[in-house]
Amino acid sequence: MDFLYGLFIAPFADFAFMQRALFGSLMLSLGACPVGVFLMLRRMSLSGDAMAHAILPGAAAGFLLYGLEILPMTIGGLIAGIIVALGAGAVSRFTIQREDASMAAFYLISLAVGVLMVSIRGSSVDLMHVLFGTVLALNNEALILIGGIVVVTLVSLGIFWRALVAECLDPLFLRSVSRMGSPVHFIFLGLVVLNLVGGFQALGTLLSVGLMMLPAAAARFWSVRVEPMCVLAVLIGFASCIAGLLLSYHASLPSGPAIILSAGVVYFCSILFGTRGVLRARIVHHRHRTA
Amino acid sequence: MTNDCLTFRDLTLGYNSHPAIHHLNGVVRKGSLTAVVGANGSGKSTLMKGIVGVLKPMEGGVLRMPGVRTAYLPQQSELDRSFPARVVDLVSLGLWPKRGMLGRYTKEDRESVGKALMAVGLGGFEKRPIDTLSGGQLQRTLFARVLLQDADLILLDEPFNAVDAKTVGDLIQLIKRWHGEERTIMVVVHDLDLVRQNFPETLLLARQPVAWGDTKETLRPENLLKARRFHEAWEENAPWCEPDDHDHGHEHAHDHHAHAHDHHHDHGSGPRAA
Repeated sequence: MDFLYGLFIAPFADFAFMQRALFGSLMLSLGACPVGVFLMLRRMSLSGDAMAHAILPGAAAGFLLYGLEILPMTIGGLIAGIIVALGAGAVSRFTIQREDASMAAFYLISLAVGVLMVSIRGSSVDLMHVLFGTVLALNNEALILIGGIVVVTLVSLGIFWRALVAECLDPLFLRSVSRMGSPVHFIFLGLVVLNLVGGFQALGTLLSVGLMMLPAAAARFWSVRVEPMCVLAVLIGFASCIAGLLLSYHASLPSGPAIILSAGVVYFCSILFGTRGVLRARIVHHRHRTA
Repeated sequence: MTNDCLTFRDLTLGYNSHPAIHHLNGVVRKGSLTAVVGANGSGKSTLMKGIVGVLKPMEGGVLRMPGVRTAYLPQQSELDRSFPARVVDLVSLGLWPKRGMLGRYTKEDRESVGKALMAVGLGGFEKRPIDTLSGGQLQRTLFARVLLQDADLILLDEPFNAVDAKTVGDLIQLIKRWHGEERTIMVVVHDLDLVRQNFPETLLLARQPVAWGDTKETLRPENLLKARRFHEAWEENAPWCEPDDHDHGHEHAHDHHAHAHDHHHDHGSGPRAA
């Protein structure tokens, strides 16, 4: 019993920084995972990655001006992300270019600007910090910020749920009955940026997209409906955060990669054992019904 | 004026400055059932898109009767069949005009979804994921959604594609029921026998209207021949269309409603046989 307590409970009970890390990462999962489900269903999984890179110059500008402060870096990242999301979205909506190409163009430009800005002043240690973050150093400011982002995300998803589903499922239909099509797309991109920015203090700009996409991708193997898929993605996100933090504590590993790798393990298990996974498709289909 | 569901005024629709519908004038009467026929590329789907408003006119416009609710079944749906949704989720989208983005679905709403599915012969399909449906079943599901939209103006673009003969019969009955309920219906169809048997009015298109009116009159052999001579391809070097360059000698007006409206332009009035 003591062994189990030491393994699972003690790290969180004994250390305030672990409690903050747990609290912050769980909140992040609550907002980011449902957003990730829609990102995946809209076939924009890699756009999330692109957006994560796009945030860099904004965060770097905040860093250059104010040093390693959470608020300026977050606001900077938010601005850069929104410019790229709106720019790429607008190009794809109003020209013949598809969103994947315009997104690639915008994020690469943004990333280059970001790297340039970090290298003007910072050392490589600073760059590492922006790129990889650390969930173990979440201060009150960061937790409040993440909390705000989660509330905004969940409320927006609640309000725009039906429009978002319609826009994913049958965009032409939505256009024929309502003018919500374009606005809901941009609102959604805004939520993506918001959650990536929320995650980058904890996980870094590169890995914050991991907590968004991996649980969503894993949940896809278990459900044929959106609502359960979102709930499941959040639960997988929770589990990954707890497992990752414990792993990082006991094995002295960096926390961000440990969380994302935990989600990766769930993903691989889901590919194999999910109700819509590989094994089930191979084995169960030897039998079939008469009609 | 009160009887005109749709009024086309000098409507030109197209892509890259090439018209697919060229200076269309005329009126679709409320409660009418019109078949839209013509060769490939003659502008049928383009006209539908123009009416819905998905495609903006290059010139002129479409006037809709105020307060008209429109349901549109496109030829090429942008439906994502891999999306994790059930038949009932897809059909429930048809409740949008009634419930909007935020309104709760009531018990009656759910019952009406079930009834709509029964009406297209898909009773019991509620829980099926949409990626397990056959092409014809999906088409009927989309019909059920149109049914649920309870629209005054119903636009169906080649709704009988990939649908078996029995189901075509069922869907025609459904269309006739709508017709009986004084809804305005336009259907793009290729099967002329089907048109002759079931549609009182026909619009024969070949970029311009070749003929428009009573089906028997419209589908006369000389009109069909005229439509067949229609040249589908764009001509890159086609001269620019100048005002008053077209539309002379079209005083023959559409039978029952040319009198009902006044035009502020020079393009004649009413659909006509050219």
